[in-house]
Amino acid sequence: MLAWTIYISFFGVLALLLLPKGHPGAARVLALLTAIAGLAVTLAGFVEQRSGELVTVARVPWVPSLGLEYHLAADGISMTLLLLTGIVAVCGILFSWNIEHRAKEFFAFYLALIGGVYGVFLSFDLLLLFIFYEIAIIPKYFLIAIWGSTRREYAAMKLALYSFIGSAMVLIGMVAAYVVSGAKTMDLVELSRFPFPVHFQMWVFPLVFVGFGILAGLWPFHTWAPTGHVAAPTAASMLLAGVVMKLGAYGCLRVAMALFPRGLDPWGFHVIGFGSWRDVFALLALIGIVYGALAALVQKDFKFVIGYSSVSHMGFVLLGLMTLQQIGLDGAVLQMFSHGILAGLLFAVVGRMVYDRTHTRELSELEGMRLSKALPFAAVTFVLAGMASIGLPGFSGFVAELQVLIGAWHAFPMFAVGAGVGIVVGVAYTWRAMQKAFFGGAKDAPPNMAEETAAAAGHDASHAAGHPLPPITLPERIAAIILVATSVLIGLYPQLLLRIIIPALQSPMFDGLRKGGGL
Amino acid sequence: MTALGFPQLLHLVLPEVIVVVAALCVLAADLVFMRAAETRIRGAVGAVISVAGCAVAIGWMLHAPQYANVLDGMLVLTPLSQLVQIALLVLTILTILISLGSSFTEHMGEYLALILLATASMMFLVGTQNLLMIFLSLELLSLSLYILAAFNKRSAVSAEAGLKYFLFGGMSAAFLLFGFSLLYGWSNSTNLAGIAQSIHGKLLNPALNPVLDPLLVVAILMTVVGLGFKVAAVPFHFWAPDVYQGAPAPSAGFIASGSKVAAFFILYQVMVLGLAGAEGSGAWHAYAPGWVPVLALAAALSMVLGNLVAIRQTSVRRLLAYSAIAHAGYMLLGILSHTQQSLAALLYYAITYALTVLGAFGVVALVEQEAGGDKLSDFAGLSHRAPVLSFCMLIFMLSLAGIPPLAGFFGKFYLFSAVLAATPGSLGLLWLVVLAIAMSAVSLYYYLQVLKRIYVADAPEGAGPISVPFLRQAVLGLIALSVVLLGCAPDLLLRWLQQAIQTAGY
Repeated sequence: MLAWTIYISFFGVLALLLLPKGHPGAARVLALLTAIAGLAVTLAGFVEQRSGELVTVARVPWVPSLGLEYHLAADGISMTLLLLTGIVAVCGILFSWNIEHRAKEFFAFYLALIGGVYGVFLSFDLLLLFIFYEIAIIPKYFLIAIWGSTRREYAAMKLALYSFIGSAMVLIGMVAAYVVSGAKTMDLVELSRFPFPVHFQMWVFPLVFVGFGILAGLWPFHTWAPTGHVAAPTAASMLLAGVVMKLGAYGCLRVAMALFPRGLDPWGFHVIGFGSWRDVFALLALIGIVYGALAALVQKDFKFVIGYSSVSHMGFVLLGLMTLQQIGLDGAVLQMFSHGILAGLLFAVVGRMVYDRTHTRELSELEGMRLSKALPFAAVTFVLAGMASIGLPGFSGFVAELQVLIGAWHAFPMFAVGAGVGIVVGVAYTWRAMQKAFFGGAKDAPPNMAEETAAAAGHDASHAAGHPLPPITLPERIAAIILVATSVLIGLYPQLLLRIIIPALQSPMFDGLRKGGGL
Repeated sequence: MTALGFPQLLHLVLPEVIVVVAALCVLAADLVFMRAAETRIRGAVGAVISVAGCAVAIGWMLHAPQYANVLDGMLVLTPLSQLVQIALLVLTILTILISLGSSFTEHMGEYLALILLATASMMFLVGTQNLLMIFLSLELLSLSLYILAAFNKRSAVSAEAGLKYFLFGGMSAAFLLFGFSLLYGWSNSTNLAGIAQSIHGKLLNPALNPVLDPLLVVAILMTVVGLGFKVAAVPFHFWAPDVYQGAPAPSAGFIASGSKVAAFFILYQVMVLGLAGAEGSGAWHAYAPGWVPVLALAAALSMVLGNLVAIRQTSVRRLLAYSAIAHAGYMLLGILSHTQQSLAALLYYAITYALTVLGAFGVVALVEQEAGGDKLSDFAGLSHRAPVLSFCMLIFMLSLAGIPPLAGFFGKFYLFSAVLAATPGSLGLLWLVVLAIAMSAVSLYYYLQVLKRIYVADAPEGAGPISVPFLRQAVLGLIALSVVLLGCAPDLLLRWLQQAIQTAGY
């Protein structure tokens, strides 16, 4: 039944394409209904999924002569991410209720992206997974290039090329694995049982890991992320940060680590302290955490703050993966879910609630607008989302990052300390952004900027007098409440997801990782 | 060799005869009955006759397939050659339908007859394994194509394209003939199988001959030069951009599609069947002299140069030309890995590529008629002016870039895995595959440049919707649909190819 998530999305695309021109309202409703139907199917699947084991959804021969199958299945990890996709998809549409320009095409690309993402999480045939993975690239390009803002064409092309280069690396590894196994199968479960020669895994693993890692914001290949997130329209940045970056992390876990676990083995020699690819990638993840946080601390553009914070939070996912500890991996998967929800929410506040009303994202300009008075709902939402993402207990970010830190503490104690520093800087940049954007006041401004501030204040006054900012609309409120509630629910009762994530990570698919001495 | 009477021979080459007769009928009808009729009607009647001729030929081959190897390899009919001939006929039909209603000439009868003659020569080319026949049919094909390239009499660039094509083509034919004559002198046979036998006799005795005979080396090089021109591989590609840019769009599409498929098939036959035993190796650490390293070099250069130069193009036709050079590089990989599987992959790739590029030229032709040029800027805002046409172009460009689930992606995947599997246990050709995949990542950039104009840029002021003739839109839609279908269900074509290759015994 879960396969319908994919079909419904693509039917939605078709229906939108056939819709006559000039009915943005109808397009919105149609897209929303499609997304809700997808979410409903996912929820039903989630309820049925009791144990987190692998459940086959569809399995038919596709190209028999090459041993390719149309194999859709879901285990606990897939289910968690499907749920995330469903929720973010619905909320993204609610947050783009104000799209009027070429609305039909906007939602068609949007749903095509969603369909591709559902497909990746459901595919258990490597080629099929790759196909859905690439299907997601093109809609991203158009969503940013047509409906984006700051330097949209540059950002869209950069994003498309980074994604495509990443998938080219994956393709090389995939074709090589297909040929070397000689088993004429692309089935992920069967390939994970195949003992690839260790020297082969040693070069294919980093290739595929980096290929997927590019999309997960792996430092130093993360540079597409901030520019892409900033340029994208709100719904697209929600999807990019919320879901698409998870595609990368999911690929790292499901393909790179599950198929080529021996690639994580020690090399047998040390180069400046590195003894294995595991050390290398753990360090890159750590650099991502700290660098992303530090970069977020000095941004002048509100959206860039969130963009860099995504790099930082995705660093936790990658660090969790590299711990090879059960608890670290659990944390990594949970962090994928948690960050998906929270990044979506943060981008919605910045891009939709604030930018679409004030038409500026400069923190220095926002400072004079007293948005906490003008847009109290946005301020409250941002405070909640910010608290959740810096890891306040009670929200999902806390349980996820705590588990990653515990795992890291077992695996690389020094790195855990570094990641802790990253969290502290995270508090700082969230605090700074919150204060500047929502709770700034004219008197905080330095004296030499008094004139500008006065001008800004005048601007503000005109808002207050003649043109008050439009109030937060109902769709925005609903979507924000859904996202906050999800984060709180998982924060208070993480077992809801962990009960399916843990068995999935203990399944035979990840046996190789376990034998490698990790888990 | 059994004695063969003319009636039997005529029976064996009936499909070719049908096509030639159709060409003559088109000419006659145009000359005798329709001197006074409108251009549009003359074109339509000619097209109906030509399409009917091709369809009858296809029907005949499907209905009564015949297999033969007669006259010292002059005529070799196998399931595979017939399959390729059918593909060529389908491509011809599509070319004819695309050219319908174009305004570059009033002499549609002659134009169509030339296309049919070129098709007949391609069918002969595919159905032979004899050097003489290969050369003759290549010449017939080239002569028809030169005229097709120069057919727009009112355009100087078209004449330039024809002349350049002719000069380069004549030169390369000389090389080819020289190479063939050396091969004949060396092996005393014009039959590919005979040449292979004599190579087998002379070369495979390691005590006698540790390296290749210099005479054979020269012969191989000359042959590669001659055929490399036909497939537009670097460094024999110089004609391609000018011809693609100057020739009438249907001619350019035909040169890029049908003639490419035939040329690659014959390159495969000459190299793999004729020069069997002189392969050498292009593997990374196991280099050995032979024709494989020569092709490997040409492939690598084509992929790099084609993709990098395409980035700088502002004319969509030139962009397609450089992308064709790049694709020729990928397809050469299918030849140099010379296994059954790689032949299937090569043909799948070549046929789907031909379909896609033909469709792309169909769109270019329509845009040119409306916007007056093929510059990238002429495509600005096309999605508002002609949504269906734009959507077709989206599919063609993405398929060329190798984005799934389109045919171009599956072709690449299958080709690359076949190339890797060709050297079992060592992944010796991995360097070429890595290069190819890296370069196809580069290619996305310039294909997106076209799509960016179509979907992102705004239409110029005052540009209204483009009215596309129904038939041409339907044909383009059909091609786009088949590109999607072949990508989603590659088995439709693949199973057929694999069976044919197996029964043909390659």
